[in-house]
Amino acid sequence: MFERLSVMLMKEFLELRRDRWAMFRLIVPMILQMLVFGYAATFTVHHVTTAVLDLDQSQASRSLISHFAATSRFDIIDMATNQREITSDIDHDRAVIAIVIHAGFSRDLENGKSAPLQVIVDGTNSNTALIALGYIAQIVANFSTEQAASRVFPSRSGPAAAPVVGISLQMRPWFNEGLNERWFFIPGVIGTLTLMQVVSLTAFAIVREREVGTLEQILVSPIRPVEFILGKTVPFFLIGLGDIALVSFVGIAWFHVPFIGDPWVMLVGSALFLLAVVGMGLLMSTFSRTQQQAFALNFFLLNPFFILSGFAFPIAAMPKVLQWFTMINPLRYFLVIIRAVFLKGVGFAVLWPELGALALLALIMLTISVLRFRKSLD
Amino acid sequence: MMAEVNEIAVRVHGLSKSFGSVRAVRDIDLAVAQGEIFGLVGPDGAGKTTIMRMLAAVLRPDAGEILVDGVDVVAEAERAKLHLSYMPQRFGLYEDLTIAENIFFYGALFGVPRGERIARSQELLEAAGLLPFRRRLAGQLSGGMKQKLGLICALIHTPRVLLLDEPTTGVDPVSRRDFWAILYNLREGGVTIVLSTAYMDEAERCSRLALLHGGEIRHCDTPQHLKAAMPGALLAIASAHPRDVREAVSGKPGVLGALLMGDRVHVRVDDAERRIPELRAAIADQGIADAVITPAEPGIEDVFVALLGEEKPHEP
Ligand SMILES: Nc1ncnc2c1ncn2[C@@H]1O[C@H](COP(=O)(O)OP(=O)(O)OP(=O)(O)O)[C@@H](O)[C@H]1O
Ligand SMILES: [Mg+2]
Repeated sequence: MFERLSVMLMKEFLELRRDRWAMFRLIVPMILQMLVFGYAATFTVHHVTTAVLDLDQSQASRSLISHFAATSRFDIIDMATNQREITSDIDHDRAVIAIVIHAGFSRDLENGKSAPLQVIVDGTNSNTALIALGYIAQIVANFSTEQAASRVFPSRSGPAAAPVVGISLQMRPWFNEGLNERWFFIPGVIGTLTLMQVVSLTAFAIVREREVGTLEQILVSPIRPVEFILGKTVPFFLIGLGDIALVSFVGIAWFHVPFIGDPWVMLVGSALFLLAVVGMGLLMSTFSRTQQQAFALNFFLLNPFFILSGFAFPIAAMPKVLQWFTMINPLRYFLVIIRAVFLKGVGFAVLWPELGALALLALIMLTISVLRFRKSLD
Repeated sequence: MMAEVNEIAVRVHGLSKSFGSVRAVRDIDLAVAQGEIFGLVGPDGAGKTTIMRMLAAVLRPDAGEILVDGVDVVAEAERAKLHLSYMPQRFGLYEDLTIAENIFFYGALFGVPRGERIARSQELLEAAGLLPFRRRLAGQLSGGMKQKLGLICALIHTPRVLLLDEPTTGVDPVSRRDFWAILYNLREGGVTIVLSTAYMDEAERCSRLALLHGGEIRHCDTPQHLKAAMPGALLAIASAHPRDVREAVSGKPGVLGALLMGDRVHVRVDDAERRIPELRAAIADQGIADAVITPAEPGIEDVFVALLGEEKPHEP
């Protein structure tokens, strides 16, 4: 048993060493994606292209506009003179957001009435738009308080602190307390990248043996399927651990993400996650005869796993059916674990449900794939 | 050649396998004696590979029994694997490993002890003429070298039964000679060899042949007996225009088949005495003057074509 397993492992290692690009392929994309994700996948939005239509042309309206101009979050690219220009700006992607100040804005303000402000957003980029709306709400709130404070004459209606500008849209990123959304994202990126890397590596490695014909060759030897599967998956399990360590290091050293938790919890979580992921890759390989098929399947499956993981979109907000689907998604559990370990520093006592779920998932995936693997040989 | 037909190394009974609606192997019976070199010949898709794979325990039959070296292959696949060695039509080599590493790997998989593995691979590499290349990556070998390496990997443990699926396809004649030298050597050592081949000269070297067609064994005998069993008589017509000669004789009364063989045409007729003058006349009618007709010894290819009925006899 050990002789055959060790010779399998030795062979994998030799092949990896001979493959001049292996190290490059294993490491560079991970680090590169980590950097790209680290910088790009954040809720902070700057330089949102903005068109402004000021139909009031009053001191108050100009003051409000100057608030927008003052922040780097918005770039005012057009001071429009009519509604048509605004619509065209949005339609032609020149602006993501348009702010329309209607005539009578300052009069309403002075009368202490709620002064309507129209905000038009380009819904196609809803994420940016939502975030930008949040900023608008903030700016408008500041403006309102200033206006209320500077109002010397007594108001006829309501207390002085009442909102004077009728915008109630609000946007709060979940973890915005420290202003650093990166902290929230980077641990997620670690899990996501590892999932993508290890699933495809495992699936491709096995399908390749099938395609080249070495699988049939190995099958006529007295090796047991379990030994073959172990020989094929242990290397990717180890590579996965290396990946997690490497990308975590980049996150901590480069993006200064705090790591508050216990490294052991991280290790156990990572190991269980990788078992499940390797099982996923193995399962995929049993459904593919050729590398093309494996590629198509990989492409088809990884995106849903990514989207339905809670990486960016909260699971609680998904339709029930999709929520159920997330139950079989190892990434879902690992994201909870890795975020908790990095940012909250909680341990086994809190994370046992997720760890247990991962262990169960790993067991199920590996069992099914070993059974299916035997069948798929005929 | 078959002096010691005492022990049956491979016994197959009622073997069948279908892929969907394709009946690749239909109810086959075989008995191969120990020390035989048994050949499976047949056109593409005849079912040779399918039979080999079932014998090697990589493919489960739909029905039938297989005994290899006394072991029930269907019921005890794992145990049978220790008795046999299988070289698929396309041997799977690790292209990123060297010759020596590939041999080492397959040797270890079969649990061959280290010392024996080294001695044996040395011996086999030498016999195959691959010794100087043992540090070359398998991916950089020529087709023939790859094929020989496949054979060495298949032979690194000492099998009782060796299954070779078209082992010399794509191998140059010199390498094929080396290859056969190795096979004869093995047979001396008591190894039973079952091979499929598309080369008729190789078929001729086998102790017995099974002619397969459409998943069935049509004929099974020694090459000599098969030749003797060929219906009709064979004539060789030499000419500078063999194609025209074939045109001229095809479909004439009594002609059972005409096969182009290089610069000659092999014509199978029902009765040589009667047909030679008729054919001579038919060829002359076509304005071919240089044709020389002689009775010929049938090669296995003629037998093959005749017995598998590739061409229907053309009687008036
Ligand atoms: N895995 C498979 N799935 C479906 N059909 C198959 C499979 N393997 C073989 N067949 C079919 O079974 C028949 C016999 O195939 P087989 O490979 O045994 O032929 P062969 O005699 O080895 O031919 P060749 O000389 O081309 O190697 C063919 O019709 C083939 O299409
Ligand atoms: Mg074949």
